[in-house]
Amino acid sequence: MSTVLRIILQRLALGLLTLVIVSIVIFAAVNSLPGDFAQAILGQAATPEAVAAIRTQIGLDDPPVTRYMLWLYGAVQGDLGISFAQANFTTFTGSSNNVTVADQIAPRFANTMFLAGVTAAIAVPLAVTLGILAALYRNSVFDRAANIFTLSSISSPEFFVAYVLILFLAVLNPILPSLSNIYADMAMGARLKATLLPALTLTLVVTAHMMRMTRAAIINLLASPYIEMARLKGISPLRVILRHALPNALAPIINVIALNLAYLITGVVVVEVVFVYPGIGQLFVDSVKIRDIPVVQACCLIFAAAYILLNLTADILSILSNPRLRHPK
Amino acid sequence: MSRLLTISDIYLEGRSEEVWQPIINGVSLTLDKGEVLGLIGESGAGKSTLGLAAMGFVRDGVRIKSGTVNFDGTELTTASAETKRGLLGKRIAYVAQSAAASFNPAHRLIDQHIEAPVQHRVRSRSESIQDGMDLYARLRLPDPDHIGFRYPHQVSGGQLQRAMTAMAMACRPDLIIFDEPTTALDVTTQIEVLAAIREIVEQFGTAAIYITHDLAVVAQMADRIKVLLKGDEVEEADTRTMLSTPKEDYTKSLWAVRGFTRPVKPPVPAGQTPLVSIQGVTAAYGKAKVLEDVSFDIPSGRTVAVVGESGSGKSTAARCITGLLPPVEGQILFDGAPLPATYKKRSKDQLRQVQMIYQMADTALNPRMSIGQIIARPVQFYMGLRGSALRNRVNDLLNQIELPPEQYAHRLPSELSGGQKQRVGIARALAAEPRMIICDEVTSALDQLVAEGILRLLAKLQDELGLAYMFITHDLATVRAIADSVVVMKDGRVVEQGTKEEVFNPPHHPYTDLLLSSVPEMDPDWLDNLLSSRGVDNIGDEAADKISVES
Repeated sequence: MSTVLRIILQRLALGLLTLVIVSIVIFAAVNSLPGDFAQAILGQAATPEAVAAIRTQIGLDDPPVTRYMLWLYGAVQGDLGISFAQANFTTFTGSSNNVTVADQIAPRFANTMFLAGVTAAIAVPLAVTLGILAALYRNSVFDRAANIFTLSSISSPEFFVAYVLILFLAVLNPILPSLSNIYADMAMGARLKATLLPALTLTLVVTAHMMRMTRAAIINLLASPYIEMARLKGISPLRVILRHALPNALAPIINVIALNLAYLITGVVVVEVVFVYPGIGQLFVDSVKIRDIPVVQACCLIFAAAYILLNLTADILSILSNPRLRHPK
Repeated sequence: MSRLLTISDIYLEGRSEEVWQPIINGVSLTLDKGEVLGLIGESGAGKSTLGLAAMGFVRDGVRIKSGTVNFDGTELTTASAETKRGLLGKRIAYVAQSAAASFNPAHRLIDQHIEAPVQHRVRSRSESIQDGMDLYARLRLPDPDHIGFRYPHQVSGGQLQRAMTAMAMACRPDLIIFDEPTTALDVTTQIEVLAAIREIVEQFGTAAIYITHDLAVVAQMADRIKVLLKGDEVEEADTRTMLSTPKEDYTKSLWAVRGFTRPVKPPVPAGQTPLVSIQGVTAAYGKAKVLEDVSFDIPSGRTVAVVGESGSGKSTAARCITGLLPPVEGQILFDGAPLPATYKKRSKDQLRQVQMIYQMADTALNPRMSIGQIIARPVQFYMGLRGSALRNRVNDLLNQIELPPEQYAHRLPSELSGGQKQRVGIARALAAEPRMIICDEVTSALDQLVAEGILRLLAKLQDELGLAYMFITHDLATVRAIADSVVVMKDGRVVEQGTKEEVFNPPHHPYTDLLLSSVPEMDPDWLDNLLSSRGVDNIGDEAADKISVES
């Protein structure tokens, strides 16, 4: 077990290091965006004096390295700072109850996680089951139909899939709401109902990857001697696949699932916009528009962390799925 | 005895490049209950395909064109998949060549063992586990009550092969197909597996088809032998008749292969500096020591055979000589001068002097380069030849390995047979004009006739070019054929070394004795005699473990 533990600790340390490097990249990239908050917020009224005043007030005049260190120092302690818009607003109105970036992001992030969770709960079992069945009945009509359906859904733009679903499930057959009106203390059932359309859209987008990888990873193993052995023991085809192929095909499947889950957290802006779903993607896009650097940085950091964490989990699960590592000689 | 299996006039075809090519052409065979039939032939003879067809099974890309397979009243060629599943594992079982690849790495041995009896509802789970332990004990696996709870990678090759035989026995089938079950094993391990298989087949009165390319092995196992050549039956007879009076020329040629030997060379003059001298070399992978204080010399123009089982450090010694694995202690002298430990620090000329030929010619040749290009590479690199000089040299080399350049230079490795590929490997080594070539199990993957051709070629090249060979092998017949001197290794140490006469003639070191006596002989009583002389509990691997390398 110690080998596995050591590998896991190594991966964790590497993940942390990646996160720090990513934070530098994010900071550098966000700060090299043309224009700044002062100009964006002032718009037509951007006199040089006004711009300078706001810049000083929110600390945009400090050298980048200092700002990065301050930001990193805060971020490590869980303090992601105060959004420029908020800071500017409070000095303007003179009130002092600052809403931090964390406060702003938290509900949005929770919504995004909820959507990702619902989607994953539908998409992952669906994709893996379809993949297994496609491998079992490979080259059959079912296999081809599943391939064509998932491939066409992944090849269509997300907004198109979304509008088609709205047409059929909200307009022609008004079963589900076409707008995801989510608010803080909504009942679970209502919340689920409001989330279902965007979740279905995303399901159609992510299923193809996972299904095809499941199918390919299993079929890849079907020529192995131990699969032939299982067949020569008179084991039924379904059992051959579930018990003999699947456990050895887990590593690539887990990896592609992790990538798609990461996509569900970081790549859902379009779907959120179509359904007016109050997730982190919309907040992110809005913040980029007004160059609200603290919010943008925080969002990027969350996205990066989600990617790293999910890939790390996938790595660790892949390692655990290998009996050679779980049971050393 | 009653008839169990009848295959009549079966034609099998395999698809290659969209065309169906014949694999088996109208072979018939019969098998009675409790009888063992040996199927023998070179690779490509269609033995495995025929063996699987006896189970009503064909691999992807293979089909039964015509013929019938009747197993105890059931016609397998027309039976439904369900009917066949009911027989497979339960009444007909299979033991594959590579147990390491045929056990599922994700499950424990016992879980795989009980799968057939539980799925076929022959026995309950707990009964099956109990029975598994009993079979493990009968097959003399160490610690039979617990070994089943290990994963395949935690068990050695010989033990896995016996566990697979146990697995085949789980439902007490009427018929077992053994597909080269000992080919991948060392001689000392092979004996153990052979003895175990034979014993358990006799105990349960199981009929078997035993597929192998090794005549001496099949002589120990089979009641009758059938010889196949390229999908055709050559002849069939009971074992003793077949061994004493083979009728067909092809069968006789198989028997004759082991006759190749070289004349004894005069002894190396005393005081002559050996071409390569390995002096007190200790080497390790990480913390695991794989060589300990190994010393031997390779004289110019001679063949030194390094023998031992897998894991004895033979190939590691070669890696030390080539500089791929710098030794922890000791040094390698070339012509009396020390070589830098790692290849990175050796000069091009030092690198050129020692070349290698590998076991798997398949993986050692770049599949996308033509034979001409493969051989031209080292000629360019070491000799700096260009243009027509390069072409001429490549043609010379191809002529030396007896592959006419106009036919072979433009071909890809995939268009060559195994023996031809190995010849290309030899030409590539010769291209550097070395003084020594390390041959790492170069004939192990080849059929006997082809292997003999390679050995003859190597011998001819040695006479012409005065090459020294370090010949790594586990096959003592090969050693007998071409070695001048022999180094016997075990567990990373040299246990005995000397001229071939010294090592092969008594008195032997006990380990050498074990190795020599473990090589199967063409005598059907060989295994019986050996087992009774060694005692049942002192066969093969276990005996090897008892011999200390220090003695």
